[in-house]
Amino acid sequence: MIDIFNKYGTILMTAMGQTLLLALYGLFFACIIGLIVGIMSVLKNKFCRGFALVFVNLIRGVPMIVLAYFIFFGIPFLCNSIMKIGGVTLTALQAGTICLALNCGAYMAEIIRAGIQSVDIGQMEAARSLGLPYWRAMQRVILPQAIRTMIPSIINQFIITLKDTSILSVIGFPELVNTAKNVVAATFLSFQTWGIVAVMYLIVILLLQWAAKVLERRLKYESR
Amino acid sequence: MNPDNVKIKVENLKKDFGHLKVLQGVSTGIYEGEVVVVIGPSGSGKSTFLRCLNQLEEVTEGRIIIDGQDITDPKTDINKLRERVGMVFQHFNLFNNMNVLRNLMLAPVDLKQCGKEEAKARALTMLERVGLQDKINAFPHQLSGGQKQRVAIARSLCMKSDIILFDEPTSALDPEMVGEVLDVMKELAREGMTMVVVTHEMGFAREVANRVLFMSDGSILEEGTPEEVFGNPQNPRTRDFLNKVL
Ligand SMILES: Nc1ncnc2c1ncn2[C@@H]1O[C@H](COP(=O)(O)OP(=O)(O)O)[C@@H](O)[C@H]1O
Ligand SMILES: [Mg+2]
Repeated sequence: MIDIFNKYGTILMTAMGQTLLLALYGLFFACIIGLIVGIMSVLKNKFCRGFALVFVNLIRGVPMIVLAYFIFFGIPFLCNSIMKIGGVTLTALQAGTICLALNCGAYMAEIIRAGIQSVDIGQMEAARSLGLPYWRAMQRVILPQAIRTMIPSIINQFIITLKDTSILSVIGFPELVNTAKNVVAATFLSFQTWGIVAVMYLIVILLLQWAAKVLERRLKYESR
Repeated sequence: MNPDNVKIKVENLKKDFGHLKVLQGVSTGIYEGEVVVVIGPSGSGKSTFLRCLNQLEEVTEGRIIIDGQDITDPKTDINKLRERVGMVFQHFNLFNNMNVLRNLMLAPVDLKQCGKEEAKARALTMLERVGLQDKINAFPHQLSGGQKQRVAIARSLCMKSDIILFDEPTSALDPEMVGEVLDVMKELAREGMTMVVVTHEMGFAREVANRVLFMSDGSILEEGTPEEVFGNPQNPRTRDFLNKVL
């Protein structure tokens, strides 16, 4: 194991970097999508609620590997061969980011919807009765309280998404699993290689969990 | 009370929730500086009536005119109206993510009624009026029910509203805290605030109300001075209700 790590450590570490990069991009856009769709799902407007419902169920109903193939191969094919736009290509990083953002975004939307709905309706009514417009009330009163209850679920979703990056090895993105496959192909040392990969994921995720605990404790302390 | 100035005029107000007809044609006028207490059995539409007055509920039919302005008109700026019509809730609804001072300063500053300095000065004045100036840094969960409700009252005073609606402000309180909240309300009444109060505190109604409305099944069945309504109720439903609660 040590041998493998000495020889392929740098490559695997670089791949871990790619994994984290992809996860970061994906999570960034997922947060935006999640916030928008999550808020849409609590609005009075029927169109907004309908859109949110369809989006969330569509994404949740399709395995991520299918979504990945669809975006990476399907979308360029649609543009180039069917719509004859031509020259449309997606890099594995772009397709991977879109895929993670959509997938994680749908779950984030659900977390955010539940978080907003967990805030007592009286908070919104009090804010509105003082004359605050809906969005202002949302921003100053509802979301700050909702986010506090959402933190554990959001961190959990971050961890799931980080692990889901491994699925994107199928579209050839050089993240950790893809790279490890190449290492195994070159060395045939599958036990050692996959063992190292597992430990690498574990360390990153434990660090993330620890950071989440600290954050959670600090938020609790600030509000109480 | 100023009988020359009708502050709130309610004309044939109706409110349905789907098929449920909750308010079935309520009409009344409330004078500037008047204290009107609304009593009636639970489910009779008292809260709904109050919530229509600041448009937390959209009315189905009828008109509500405040200071000559028809607030049921879709063109009315509801947020502007609400700055002048405060509301105090049964469950206080202080903003849990803010301390007392920020609860009081949020709306005046956010709505650009005044600058931060002025808002803080107002907040301190209002907290002093409700006897809680030492609680400016406390969070809502650190206050007793009675203190929360007094802060909630101070919060609507900070908006300089000239009408305050109270929806069972003491119903969620332990008995020993009811008095402190009622005292603040009495003080407001003396100072000439226009108040519409839904309550089961008949003692308060007797002492402070200029007029008592008895609501049942979405209509006002009886109204008059406290002496008239409590001393000599005309409607059998009023008599029946008063027998149960007194
Ligand atoms: N948002 C709502 N949706 C449906 N029904 C409601 C709603 N709010 C109140 N109601 C109904 O309207 C009736 C009157 O309620 P309310 O005004 O709260 O009465 P009160 O305050 O006198 O107890 C009740 O039957 C209640 O169930
Ligand atoms: Mg009620």
